[in-house]
This record gives sequence, C-alpha cells and structure tokens, in this order.
Amino acid sequence: MLPAEHAAPSYLTDGNTLRSWLVTHDHKRIAILYAVSITFFFFLGGIAAALIRLELATPAGDVMSADTYNKTFTFHGVVMVWFFLIPSIPTTLGNFLLPLMIGARDVAFPRLNLFSWYLYMAGGIFTVACLLLGGVDTGWTFYTPFSTMFSNSNVMLTVVGVFIVGFSSILTGLNFIVTIHTMRTTGMTWFRLPLFVWSMYGVSLVMLLATPVLAMTLALIAAERLLGVGIFDPALGGDPLLFQHFFWFYSHPAVYIMVLPAMGVVSELITAGVRRRIFGYRFMVYSIIGIAVIGFLVWGHHMFVAGQSMYASIVFSILSFIIAVPSAIKVFNWTATLYKGDIAFGAPMIYALGFVGLFMLGGLTGLFLAATALDVNLTDTYFVVAHFHYIMVGGSVMAYLGGIHFWWPKITGRMFSEAWARFAAILMFLGFNLTFFPQFLAGAEGMPRRYHQYPAEYGLLNVLSSAGAVLLAASYLLPIGYFLWSLRFGERAGNDPWGAEGLEWTTSSPPPTHNFEEPPVVTEGPYAYTHP
Amino acid sequence: MNAHATHTAEQFDDAAQQRDAATLGMWAFLSTEVLFFGVLFAAYTVCRVLWPDAFASASRHTDLTLGGIETAVLLTSSFTVALAVRDVQLGGRRLAAALLCGTAVLGLAFLAIHGLEYYDDYKAAVIPGIRYEEVGGLAAQERLFFFLYYVTTGFHGLHVGIGVVLLLIMAVRTHRAEFGPEYHTPLETSALYWHLVDIVWIFVFPLYYQVGRA
Amino acid sequence: MTFLPEASGFAPRIDGLFYAMLGLSALVVVAVFTTMLVFAIRFRRGRNVDRSGESHRDLGIELTWTLIPFALFVGIFVWSIRLWIDMRTPPGDATTIHVVGKQWMWEFEHPDGQREIDTLHLATGQPVRLVMISQDVIHDVSIPAFRVKQDVLPGRYTQMWFTPTRPGTYDLFCAEYCGTDHSRMGGVAVVQTPPEHARWLASHAGGSLAEQGRALFTRYGCAGCHDAGSSVHAPRLDGLYGSTVPLADGRQVLADERYLHDAITLPGSEVAAGYAPVMPSYKDRIDEADILALVAYLKVRGTDRETPHASR
Repeated sequence: MLPAEHAAPSYLTDGNTLRSWLVTHDHKRIAILYAVSITFFFFLGGIAAALIRLELATPAGDVMSADTYNKTFTFHGVVMVWFFLIPSIPTTLGNFLLPLMIGARDVAFPRLNLFSWYLYMAGGIFTVACLLLGGVDTGWTFYTPFSTMFSNSNVMLTVVGVFIVGFSSILTGLNFIVTIHTMRTTGMTWFRLPLFVWSMYGVSLVMLLATPVLAMTLALIAAERLLGVGIFDPALGGDPLLFQHFFWFYSHPAVYIMVLPAMGVVSELITAGVRRRIFGYRFMVYSIIGIAVIGFLVWGHHMFVAGQSMYASIVFSILSFIIAVPSAIKVFNWTATLYKGDIAFGAPMIYALGFVGLFMLGGLTGLFLAATALDVNLTDTYFVVAHFHYIMVGGSVMAYLGGIHFWWPKITGRMFSEAWARFAAILMFLGFNLTFFPQFLAGAEGMPRRYHQYPAEYGLLNVLSSAGAVLLAASYLLPIGYFLWSLRFGERAGNDPWGAEGLEWTTSSPPPTHNFEEPPVVTEGPYAYTHP
Repeated sequence: MNAHATHTAEQFDDAAQQRDAATLGMWAFLSTEVLFFGVLFAAYTVCRVLWPDAFASASRHTDLTLGGIETAVLLTSSFTVALAVRDVQLGGRRLAAALLCGTAVLGLAFLAIHGLEYYDDYKAAVIPGIRYEEVGGLAAQERLFFFLYYVTTGFHGLHVGIGVVLLLIMAVRTHRAEFGPEYHTPLETSALYWHLVDIVWIFVFPLYYQVGRA
Repeated sequence: MTFLPEASGFAPRIDGLFYAMLGLSALVVVAVFTTMLVFAIRFRRGRNVDRSGESHRDLGIELTWTLIPFALFVGIFVWSIRLWIDMRTPPGDATTIHVVGKQWMWEFEHPDGQREIDTLHLATGQPVRLVMISQDVIHDVSIPAFRVKQDVLPGRYTQMWFTPTRPGTYDLFCAEYCGTDHSRMGGVAVVQTPPEHARWLASHAGGSLAEQGRALFTRYGCAGCHDAGSSVHAPRLDGLYGSTVPLADGRQVLADERYLHDAITLPGSEVAAGYAPVMPSYKDRIDEADILALVAYLKVRGTDRETPHASR
C-alpha cells in the first residue's frame, strides 16, 4: 500500500457508505453502478436463454407451454437488447474510461450521468416486473397489429419501461458527445484520440439521434392500446409497415450501438497486446464514423419480405452492402496491426482475437442477408438468429469481457488469475461456436425462428446448439468467480501492468477521484509503442 | 479567477469551457427532440397520404381562430425571452426578470387556450378513446387524424409546461442577480429550449389547423 | 443444402448464389485466419525477429482493401438483384391461388373454387401466383423447399410466385411471429404431376370462386344497390375490373384487386366521381375469404366469362 500522505485516496475509498455510492457524481463510481446492474440483467436474460435452449433440445414442445415459451423469448430479447447489450460497453467501460482517456476530471455533466443510471434502473426494474408478472408475448420487436390489438399480455407497461430506458441512453450519448467535444486536455487533438474514444463518439451520435424515434414509436403503441386507435393497424385505417419502418429506423442503428464500442475496445486490446501502433488509424476513424452514419440508411433490409416496394428493397440492399465495407476495413487493419508486432497472448488478447474471428463470420453472413434474393429464403429463420448472435454475443460480449479483463487492474487495482481467464476465454469461443454455428445450418435448411416446436429433421442441430449453451453458460460464470477472488486476494496492480499506452495508464490504479494529480499534456498520437 | 468562478463546476477548467459544454449539450438535446417529434410528423405525413380526404375534413374541426391566437402568443413569447437574454447580456436584471415572467405567463396562456380547445373537442366528441362519436364513411380515418393531433399537441403541451417551470426558475435566479453579462449560460440554454418549443408549434399549426382550408 | 430439396424453379438459382457467396466467404475467412495465424506465430513475444520499420500508414494498401471488397459487393448485389426482380415479377400465365391467413391456419382457394386448409396442392411445371391476405395479424408463407417467403398482411394483398418442379410433400411454415400457436401454424405443399393434379382438382371441384362470389353478391345485398334497375344511385360494376375509375377527388385509379377489396372494406376512401359516399363499410361483416370470392366475381361480371359454363 502506498503511504497515505503522498497519494490522494482512490475513487474506491473516497467515501465508504452506501449513500456515498448512490449519490456519487464520479464517472468511475457510476461505471461500477452500471457494471453491477447490467451484470444482473445479463444473468436474468441468460436464464431465459437457458430455458429457450432447454425447450428446443427436443422437437416437441414439452418443457413449457407455447405461451410460456413465447414470453420467455420475449423476455430474453427485451432484457438482453435494452438492459444489457445497448448499455453494456458505453455505460461501464465508456463511463470509466472516456474522461481518463481524454485527460479530463469527469464527464461534462456528472449529475446527468447519475440521473441516467437512475433512469436505467427505474426502467429496468419496471420492465422486468412487467415481464415477470404476467409477461409479454410479442417478441422484442413489438410488431403491430399483434402488439396493439391482439396480444392480451402486458405490452403497454413494458413499452413504457423501455421508453424510460431510452432516455437513459439518450442522456448518456449526449453527455459523451459534449465531453469529447469540450473536455479534451491540452494537446489532445481529434486525431490523437484513442479509437475507443472515437467509437464512443460514433455510438453517442447513434444513441442521440435514433433512440428518440424508438421512444416515440413505443409511446404511440402504448397510446394505441390505451385509446383503441390504430395508425399502425390496418383494421383501423393505419399501416403496419409504418411501425416496422420506425422500429427498424432505431433498431438497426441499435446494432451499431452494440458493435461500435466493441470495435473500439478491440482496437485498444490489440494494440496493447501487440505493442504496436494501430494500422491505418485514420481509416479506422473514418470507418467508425462511416458505420455510424450509413447505419441510419439501411433499416429497410429487415423488410425485404414484409411487403415494402421492390425499389425500396433494391436501394436498401446496395446500402447494406456498402456498410459492410468499413467493417471489412477494420478487420483487415486489425490483422495488419499484428505484422511486426511483439505479440503476447494474455486473456484480453485472446478475447480480442476471438472477437475478430466471430465478428468476421457474423459480418460475412450479414452479406447473405443483404442480398435480397438470398434473404427471402434466410430471413425469419435461425440463420438470422445465428447471424445477429455472432455480431452481438460473439462480437459485443466477447469484446466487453475482453475490455473488463484488460482494464480490471485499473478499475480495481488488483490482478486476476491469468490462467483461469485464458481458460474462460477459450471455453467461451468454443462454447459460442458450438451453440450458434449449428443455427446457421438449421436456418439455411429453413427452420423458422420463434418456434416453440419444430419438425424432427432439425433435431440434431438443436441438440448440438443446446449442448454448446451449457459450455457457454459455464464460461460466463467462471469470470464471476475469479474476479470476486481477485478483489480480495489478487496481486496489487501497478499503474500500468500491461505496459500499455494511453492516459488512463499514467494515473494510479485505482485512479484518484479526480483522475490525475496534474492535468496531463498530450504531445503525440495514440498507441505510441516503442520497439523493444 | 474571475468574479463568477463560483459558477464553474469542478470538472471544468474554466467558465468558457463550462459555457461551451452547456450550450453544446442543449443543442444536442434539441436534436434529440427534433427526431422525437419527427416521428409524429412522419406518421402524420404517411396517414395523410393514405387518407387525404379524411384529414382535410377532420382538420376543419380544429379551431383556426384559437389556433391562430396560440401561434401569436407563442411567437410573442419567443420574442420576450430573447429580449430577456439580451437585457441580461447588457447587465440588466429587473426588466429581464419581468420579461421572463411575462414569457411564462404567455406560455400559461397558450396552455389555457389549448385547454379551451380540448374542451370544445370534448363537447364535439372528437377525442379518440375518451369521447368519440363521429359517424360517416370517413369516421375511422378521421379518428387517426385526431389521435395524431392529441399525441402531438399533448407532447408539445408537456414541453410548454416544462418550459414554463424552467422560465420561472430562471426569472427567480435573474431577479437574485445570479446572472450577468459574464455568466448567464442556464438562462441562454433555457431560452434555446423555449425557441424549440416555439418552432415545433410552427410546424404543428399549419399541418393540423390549415389543411383543407383553402 | 443437406436435406432440403430444390423443388422450385428458383431453388437452383438461389442455391447457386448461396454457394458462390459461401465459397467467397470461406476464401476470405481462410485468408484472414491464415494471415493472423502466421503473424501470431512469427511475431509472438520473445521471438527474435525483425520488427523494425513503421508500416501503419500506407494509403495504397488501405485503398486496395477498401475498393476490392466494394467491387465484389457490387458484383454480388447485381447478381442478387437480377434474381430478386425475377422473383417479384410473376409471368402472365401463372395460376392465381388465393391465400387467407388467420390465427392459426391457412386457407387456400384455387381458381375453380377448390378450398383447402393448411394443405396446398400444386402441379409441377405450372407457375403459381399466391395472392395473400391476413384476417388478423401479420403472418408469412414460407416454403423452404421452394426458397420463397412472403409476409401476409392484414388489409392489403401481397403476392409471390414460383414454379414447383419436383413432386413431393414439403413443409409450409408461418414465418412471421403471430402469437400462441405460431409454431403450429403451417402445413404442407403437395406437388403433383400435372395429370395427378388435374385428377385432384376434378375430384374436389365445387362451384368456381366467381360463382360463389355471385351468390354472395346477392346474399350480402350488394345487388340491391348495384344491379341495373336499382333505385339507388350506385356505380354499375359490369366490366369494372381493369378499367380506370375517376374518383371524386379528381384522381384516377386502376380498378385492380386491391381497389375492389378496399371498395368493399373502406368504401369512403376512394369514392367514384359522381356518386355520393353512401356505401357502408363491410369490413367486419364480410370475412376475407368471402371478399376474395366477391372480388373474383367482380372480375368476370359483365364479361363473356361471367356465365358459369362458358369458362369450362
């Protein structure tokens, strides 16, 4: 332990009461609040996933009733999308690291930051209560007119909960944008920002501009149910495709809310593992912004068979191919960064390489779905389910966990068990592929999604998938164990245990409440690794 | 440090940085608001393309006179709030506080007149879900118009209400001489918000009140 | 596809594109993984290799791997779009089968009036156009063996077409989530040889759809206003289908299936010029299957195909 007189207390010890945590304005403590909450929601959603895989282990609908199954996958989708994936990296790693990485004392609006967390918790608890008491059977997509006129479940209160959480997301995005614009320290020019900060900037733009569309659309659903009027219901003169346009106008960019931060994290992890500058920094930046912007223009590719006009589909198809280009650039640049590197395979690096592999498979299968003629056969099947799980679970969750491992010493001041961490990372990669790769095959053979029971010929693939889910579940539980262990028994970490570059590694671990003893001054670009 | 150093929160280096952050934050918030209302305007456009006749005939139920007065009231209030900000920038205090109170009163007047309109609608039974007794071949489609009308004006009214509270707080703070030519960021951002409320109405008024009236 | 047969004209073409993309993707995956593996081994920490030199700013390399994928994507796009346009353009000689989806069953109506539930009989070599509508929520007809799928919307006709090529029985799924028994909403497409199919049609013949519609036209009282000699001033419907109707608001619309459907369910929306909007909506009074029959009847009313036996 450092002598007390020459170090400011770390943010963890600056106030020990529960109250000091619940009214904190410190971005680092708020990040911890979020981390604990999203972990809770992740396991709730995970339990639902386990039940789904259990039901699908056999073709017959024998574990639960059809209604219960429908409510279970709705629960899984709603919780995982809005209460885990979307807030995951931005609210935890983003909150913790953004001010540190740009050399600021805090985010621009610390009180608003805390308020966002309370909104998140309010919406989360409210929604989960609705989903558990009675449940909702619409799927996370809330398609009309099923959700407005036909479902007898608790749709109205649930969308109100998601509406509230939407504002948490908007305010976080707003806070980050202003922070990045105005709080950069001396010498931290735009093109000296670490790629993680750039990814936070891209994701914040999407949160700020897409989320209000979802919020108002959900408000309209609630109002329709309340008043019995239907602008989304053809029986009342409305148009159900209008709902789908609004919904995907948010929900497609939402995919980039999930994956852009993951790309940012992986850029940090790979450069540190390779001890080398990122290859093509500017192209990496342009591709982040490109993805964020073009992401707003591709929503119609969810609707190729929904009844939208053929010409609209043609335009959305080409745009969907175009948005794959920046993603491809990123994969190639990460690969090229390895060249002439000094590569160590610590747990964070294993997660990062796992991300690149799974993200690539997810991205390439996305091209199949962007091709209209193939999409006709593949959409609404398990091919789509596998595709977005490769992006969101294989991509975002791998990157999130990799990031948690990488910055764990900075966040807690302790080291974790490297051997266990590597084991968990490899198990996760294998378990993930065993769970979701068979789903590509099942989907290509035509197995529709959201099926409580299914024809027997898909049986083998589903057994494989359920078996993989067991491994995957184990690999998610392991880190809980060794992280908790490290909090108490882990070796103390120095300021920079990995020998990584970046302002966050120049301050102590864990950092003091105001981050830096002296405001840092930046004189060169990021990832200034020197060769040994 | 300057006289207003006390206003600078600890995460900021100086007042200029704080002011930049607050202003950018409000602009970012306004961009969110634009998309929030954008959904309603998009829904309106689609439904009106689907049912042009129903929208034209339903629109004739709205009260153009009251709507016109509301528009005038809101536009005037935007003017008074702008005058208040200018007065503070020039070192004024009492006049600014009075102007802010005046703006809030105009906002309340807007809400009151709108309430009157709602009451008329109630009497005419054109409030979907609450009292709706339209008949005729276009009744179902006219209901879509009224639904959007209520959701849009309802959310707008909510914004006006929040704006009124905000303006009253600013009036009190101005009166207490918390703002001066050097520091008046909260006042400025509140005024920005008020202008947005005004601009949204500038779109609502022609779309809902003036369709089908040549 | 390992156990999914190619049973329609589209299937081999779609699988061709699928396997081409699969091959291309495999190539990319192998290339990138091999490169990563080679770098990872060659430059692993502790190994004494040449690590000198900066290589992080090479515009040429960046442009190469920006433009080559772009060109490939455009190629795939063009391939896919040509196929897609064919899939969306039914040929003139396609048989029209009407489909009504409701929670949780499918109703199919053949042109000569044969009705079936959850089973769809088809003939090899005969192009089929499905004209589909839902009575409640959104459904979706998916026949994986044909590689076709199309959402079925309430209040609006959607269509898809295909030519079955291989006799057999194939799964037919509802592919758009529609509530409790979504996973049980389905059935089979039975593809027969043309002689078999003709026998099947003959043994299930009822009155043709248009004939059923003619009976409904009287039963629902349409004739009261729309027949010649009625005292009500209502549009005459003879030969209406396919004509251009001037509307009261000055627009002109083509009297197609959509128009006829909407004229029954939402008569106030497109009022023919010169007539008062007096017709009530029949939206909740006539179900979609009967509307289909009425539309089928209106399509032949006043033409030489109207009399039942002229068409045989």
